[in-house]
Amino acid sequence: MTQEELINVKVAKTVDARGTACPGPLLEAKKAIGTIKVGDIMEILSADEGTKVDIPKWCQKQGHEYLGALEEKGYFKVFMKKK
Amino acid sequence: MQNDGNIQLVALQQEVETLKSKVALLENSRKDQLPIAIVSGDLDKIIAAMVISLAAAAMDTKVRLFFSFWALSAVRDRNKKANGKDIISKMFGMMLPKSRNNLNLSKMNMAGMGPMMIKYLMKKKGVLSLDRMFGEAAALGIEITICEMSMDLMGFKKEEMIDYPHLRYAGAATFVSEANESSMQLFI
Repeated sequence: MTQEELINVKVAKTVDARGTACPGPLLEAKKAIGTIKVGDIMEILSADEGTKVDIPKWCQKQGHEYLGALEEKGYFKVFMKKK
Repeated sequence: MQNDGNIQLVALQQEVETLKSKVALLENSRKDQLPIAIVSGDLDKIIAAMVISLAAAAMDTKVRLFFSFWALSAVRDRNKKANGKDIISKMFGMMLPKSRNNLNLSKMNMAGMGPMMIKYLMKKKGVLSLDRMFGEAAALGIEITICEMSMDLMGFKKEEMIDYPHLRYAGAATFVSEANESSMQLFI
């Protein structure tokens, strides 16, 4: 997705993992993914640079769709769709 | 006509046979499983082992940890006591770290200053503490196996090991057979 599309995307769940470092955001994402429906979009907020690279790998392994990331002030928003 | 039908049947049978062997091959292929032999008892290496384990478990990989030799310090419970030890076992018990919260760093230990600094930094930077990591590991179903032989060698007893929901005791052959059927293996 393009940056504009990501800004306007409808998110079903937000996981705020800004207070935790690797592998914290991954664990938070894993816990949250069970609470949303297939086709729903989840955003993960993380201040950990590694998460931006790790979440796409996690999506690939778990069969979810990685949509992209937005850079905010001091953190990232990583978007994914549950498959 | 009859002959043609027979030829087709044979071809079909052959195809079924090839498919069968391919399915058998797939069934025997390596599991999405990560056994880690943890031999080091240094704080840094135990942290590394736990971080990798949690990341793997978050990806639904079955993680099996084998604690052996110096790593046994990390699975000791300092509040538990075991009776009936001989003098050498008692000495080992006294000289080795009594729990995962008493481990030393492999570098920059500085008589305990290093681990204190690392723990402070971990807290500050939002890295899970070892206690939290073991808690998450238990919740994710990560299995811990304690090496019976090294426990016996160093004079540790089951009574002084941590309470953990997926704890078992086994030998090297268990690690080897599980490593053999896994897609990844690590040694720390």
